[in-house]
Amino acid sequence: MEVVFKRPRTLLKKPFTYCPGCHHGLAQRLIAEVIDELNIADRTIGVGPIGCSVYIYEFIDVDFVVGAHGRAPAIATGIKRALPDCVVFSYQGDGDIAAIGTSEIIHVANRGELITAFFVNNAVFGMTGGQMAPTTLVGQKTKTTPFGRNPEVHGFPFRLGECLSVAEGSAYIARVALTRPQFIRQAKECIRKAFLAQIEQKGFALVEILSPCPTNWGMSPKEAVDWLEQHMIPYFPLGELKVKECLSRETS
Amino acid sequence: MEKVLMRGNEAVAEAAVRAGCRLYFGYPITPQNEISEYLSFRLPQVGGVFLQAESEVAAIHMIYGAASTGARVMTSSSGPGISLMQEGLSSLAAAELPCVVVNMSRGGPGVGNIQPAQSDYFQAVKGGGHGDYRLIVLAPSTVQELVDLTYRAFYLADKYRNPVEILGDGMLGQMMEPVVFRDPEFPPLPPKDWAVRGKGNGPRKWIVCFDLDPKGLEELNLRLWRKYRRLEEEEVDYVTFGCSEPEVLLVGFGTVGRILRSVVREGEKEGLKLALFRPITLFPFPKKALQEYARKARAVLVVEMNLGQMLEDVELAVRGEVPVFFLGHTGGVIPTVEEVLEYIHFLLAKEVRVWK
Amino acid sequence: MKHHEILIAGFGGQGILFLGRTLALAGMFEGYEVSWYPSYGPEMRGGTANCTVIVSEEEIGATISDHPDICIVMNEPSFHRFVPLVRPKGLLVVNTSLVRTHCPREDLEVLPVPANDLARVYLNGAEVTNTIILGALLARCPVVCRKSAEWALAEALRGKRESLYTLNLKALGVGWEFVAKGG
Repeated sequence: MEVVFKRPRTLLKKPFTYCPGCHHGLAQRLIAEVIDELNIADRTIGVGPIGCSVYIYEFIDVDFVVGAHGRAPAIATGIKRALPDCVVFSYQGDGDIAAIGTSEIIHVANRGELITAFFVNNAVFGMTGGQMAPTTLVGQKTKTTPFGRNPEVHGFPFRLGECLSVAEGSAYIARVALTRPQFIRQAKECIRKAFLAQIEQKGFALVEILSPCPTNWGMSPKEAVDWLEQHMIPYFPLGELKVKECLSRETS
Repeated sequence: MEKVLMRGNEAVAEAAVRAGCRLYFGYPITPQNEISEYLSFRLPQVGGVFLQAESEVAAIHMIYGAASTGARVMTSSSGPGISLMQEGLSSLAAAELPCVVVNMSRGGPGVGNIQPAQSDYFQAVKGGGHGDYRLIVLAPSTVQELVDLTYRAFYLADKYRNPVEILGDGMLGQMMEPVVFRDPEFPPLPPKDWAVRGKGNGPRKWIVCFDLDPKGLEELNLRLWRKYRRLEEEEVDYVTFGCSEPEVLLVGFGTVGRILRSVVREGEKEGLKLALFRPITLFPFPKKALQEYARKARAVLVVEMNLGQMLEDVELAVRGEVPVFFLGHTGGVIPTVEEVLEYIHFLLAKEVRVWK
Repeated sequence: MKHHEILIAGFGGQGILFLGRTLALAGMFEGYEVSWYPSYGPEMRGGTANCTVIVSEEEIGATISDHPDICIVMNEPSFHRFVPLVRPKGLLVVNTSLVRTHCPREDLEVLPVPANDLARVYLNGAEVTNTIILGALLARCPVVCRKSAEWALAEALRGKRESLYTLNLKALGVGWEFVAKGG
């Protein structure tokens, strides 16, 4: 019988430990699939964050470096500058990349650092137990916005992808969700393009992946998926935010 | 070998290149900017990487990334910038990554000023960031020693897989002295089989600075602790100068160490029996040696460009066997030979007689 | 035993640090222990500059000097600030083109050098007063010999225009002759 679906080579053979309904597992599987298809596992180095995303190093079978909260882009820079022939990707959550590590991610984008960044946005701090994230939606209740996020007090949800797409050094910025099969297919294509932007030396690339967090949203997995589609996607529209065809090094 | 007149900041940079450092990440801050200015043209000459980071926080994490690949890497800064690097230094220590950090320290606290000071002693030798860790801390007092210790810093960092801080100050960074680059040879180092370079055909590797299992994290801490004890056994370094049975044993590090050398010499002319004990390794601190030297003296006088930081380590080493006195300046005021001598005369006239 | 602590002070732009470095280089060429320590930071940005050069037969301890035995002052503010610090019987070299105040201390040997005027007369106004002063100092007090200073100028100006070296060499001579011929 023909095998039509199997575990990607680069995904280690163990069950994901994420909560039911969380999309980290899906996102990491897609990254592993693309690494397989591009045949780069032997020269890929992943950089992990702090937060739920940190567990990626347990599941993807490539070399990994994990440092302090928010600093993955700087760590990735150090690795890439030391080993320009390696493929370097970072994987961060919203607190990590859009709060404590804002400075680092903006500057890797602006330098056009040849790394591929993945940003899993679930609008809440996951591992610390459900506090407000920079991407928490207006009105959304979290542990630290018990009456809902109020822009007058907490400011507005931060659209990082849009922010990075204006940086001269960024080559490819996309936002995807994994709530429907068609979205998953699009997401995989975006992940692939983001790796290619690095391999073809076009510049910095980022894929923002919207993910539900049923545990901290206080919903069932199904409710969380619906909530994501109804509330997150309108504020964080899906699609390619920036596609730079020419080599960034030549235009600068 | 050719002797060249070089500024401390440029000398440390050149020594780093000669020691095999090929990546430097840093952020401008006075009084150490000549280090990055020098490396910005020197590293490309040898196929290396110079990158000005967006902050010291970013710089130290670029170091973390580059060190993970097994490359010899360095950053430099001064007081406030080193404070910003503490998060990364804690991570580097936990992940056991070798790197060299130069602190041409300046007056604190806060933004302080840019004049020479030694007020970062505690921060340098007691860990500085969170968690139970130490940096190897070397304190040069001349530009030549700065060069020699830079080579040693890279060697020790690799040998012990630990960050090394070279604790200088604005004076050492800014002044020029003749130097010779001796390119010393060290015993062979073990291969960096822990480095992350892409797994190739082998099994994958990872470098992390945490362990979520309490037993696992305690094991990491104990391993670090054993490393620090081994450093205390094997790597302690200091110099002494002057009378073998002094009335007053002077203790000072770095810039103050050289001022005290002048004090010993001038004191001799006035008939004083003085000696200098200058620790070169601040961590590991030369406890045993200092205790033995102190026993031969009537009193110990610690002089620092702070208000008594190494003083605490001296007191711990001397264990109350000999009275310990202190003279300090801070904020960029540099102790003068004259005032130290005056204080010694005062001690010998009043205090020491009372104590003995 | 030879041991000189030399303080050089003036405005930024007068080549104070260069003068000091040249002197330190010359001392190094002659095999002495030398050190050069500049003022830096806000002071540098505020337009004044000073540096301390030590030339010694023995290993140098302190690189700053409480009481320099040679002091070169190139402008009025430096004169007022540093003259009180000079060691009794020390040598005070004054750029009298810019310093009008008479030295109030009688325990110092004063060497007046109208450096800017000399530059105007002999060097077509080229502002190399620092090297003129160096020439004058060496003619009065041989901290290092003239030849070493010339080598030091060559080293300090390596990579710069050849004409700059020639000019400085000439300036060194102008200062030297001024003193050698009795001021």
